[in-house]
Amino acid sequence: MKLYEKANTLSDHRVKVDPRADDRVPDGLYRRCPICQAVSSAQQLSVYQACPACGFGLRISAKDRLKWLVDDFAAYDTDLTSSDPLAFPGYSEKLAAAQERTGLNDSVLTGQARIDQTRFHLAIMDPTFIMGSLGTITGEKLTRLIEDATATRQPVVIYTASGGARMQEGIHSLMQMQKVATALAKHHAAGLLSVVVLTDPTTGGVTASFAMEADITLAEPHALVGFAGRRVIEQTTHEQIAHDLQQAENVLRHGFIDQIVPRDQQRATLVKLLEIGGCADDE
Amino acid sequence: MTSEKMTAAAVVAAARSEEKVSGLELIAGLIDDFFELHGDRLGSDDPAIVGGIGRFHGQPVTVITTNRGTTPEEKLATHFGCPSPGGYRKALRLMEQAAHFKRPVLCFVNTPGAYPGQAAEEGGQGAAIAQNLLKVSQLAVPIITVIYGEGGSGGALALSCGDEVWMLEHSTYSILSPEGFASILWKDSKRANEAAELMQLTPAVLEDQGMIEGIIAEPADHQEVIRAVDRVLVARLNELQQLAPAELVAKRAQRYRKY
Ligand SMILES: [Zn+2]
Repeated sequence: MKLYEKANTLSDHRVKVDPRADDRVPDGLYRRCPICQAVSSAQQLSVYQACPACGFGLRISAKDRLKWLVDDFAAYDTDLTSSDPLAFPGYSEKLAAAQERTGLNDSVLTGQARIDQTRFHLAIMDPTFIMGSLGTITGEKLTRLIEDATATRQPVVIYTASGGARMQEGIHSLMQMQKVATALAKHHAAGLLSVVVLTDPTTGGVTASFAMEADITLAEPHALVGFAGRRVIEQTTHEQIAHDLQQAENVLRHGFIDQIVPRDQQRATLVKLLEIGGCADDE
Repeated sequence: MTSEKMTAAAVVAAARSEEKVSGLELIAGLIDDFFELHGDRLGSDDPAIVGGIGRFHGQPVTVITTNRGTTPEEKLATHFGCPSPGGYRKALRLMEQAAHFKRPVLCFVNTPGAYPGQAAEEGGQGAAIAQNLLKVSQLAVPIITVIYGEGGSGGALALSCGDEVWMLEHSTYSILSPEGFASILWKDSKRANEAAELMQLTPAVLEDQGMIEGIIAEPADHQEVIRAVDRVLVARLNELQQLAPAELVAKRAQRYRKY
């Protein structure tokens, strides 16, 4: 069963949304929205990199997301790097290239964040770092962030964006699912709030772990959210599946998402949720 | 042949063999007075997961196994041993019930993975597995898993996230199938044998890497396999039951924290 195949390949129309292409699009050039096909200028996409017609958020790096999301951010654990546990051919080069390109040590950026007067622990997965796949360092950074949040009694906000497991780390990648889950369970047991924001794409082992374990689950408009890959489902069931099966709106209709929140409303939404939704301790 | 001398591809083939001991045989051979408990209490009863209560050497336990079925009808109904969201929710319900009544949990796993289908997606396949991982981490009773065939990715992890994981000699545990791996890596699922070597999915390698507690020898005779599993479970349960509940949960967290 090719469970994670799609998770690592994704469907064709989405692969074309090369997030790195953003940097290469000078002002005045136009982008077609992969969801509603509306054509927008760089100016219309704005700092949010979101389609003005349907709200779909283009895939952006963790650092680009930081620019509009928070007022202040101090990164944690920027020096960890994968030990390449399987000594997988070509992996260390691939890792080094991704580190060079993104300026991150692995597929998640973690740290202490502030929006207005609200402080919280924040993790942002980076879909441009080996498809945002879940490596040992991704899991370690998330676990340390959540453990620190538990120790310092802070809420946690996690932005997910992932093709799923990190193939090159094999079973070590799978174990991250349980490591992060355990940290979240303790955070929850301590009476602290967790919020997940599902962004395009959230799939495979990330969907089957911390993406679906928070107290409050939000999503960006039309984000791909699913477990198995479209191609795997179609090959297994020999049926064409609905084009929107794994869009956030359909996942919400089936009860797995609290609300869909466009990028320009996320700052205000997080402040409200962190004030009302939990965080019994005052600063 | 012992697994040491087998190629990874041969272990994969042996793990998928129709001749292997089944989960229902393990339950019949190990558990007295087994009473099956159906359903997830949320609208479904997945035949790919069979669970219930019974006695293990006199002690009440909860036992859960994946089920691939034997007849063509059963194989279709169980999706060849690929659980649906309702199966994982049934398993979680039974494990939470076990914790409530302080019964140890024994899990037997042989699954290619969680079923990939439209209904499974809409039923929250990812969320169902995720909730098992989250909640099982806090259940204060011993939970031991034996992988007796294929341990396929998150679909296997959802029943292998307790205190100890043991593997039969001819079994595998991996992030995806060798076919899937080959098709991603080389766009050619026919190179699965090559992928299997690269993936480090055999019990011997997994034990070396500290991913499992140990390997259980697997002779051809099913009664001998059952006796070997029995010996391991008796010994490990005895040891885990020495721990206070809080110690057990803390030790379990450490098991995964080190990865
Ligand atoms: Zn659009």
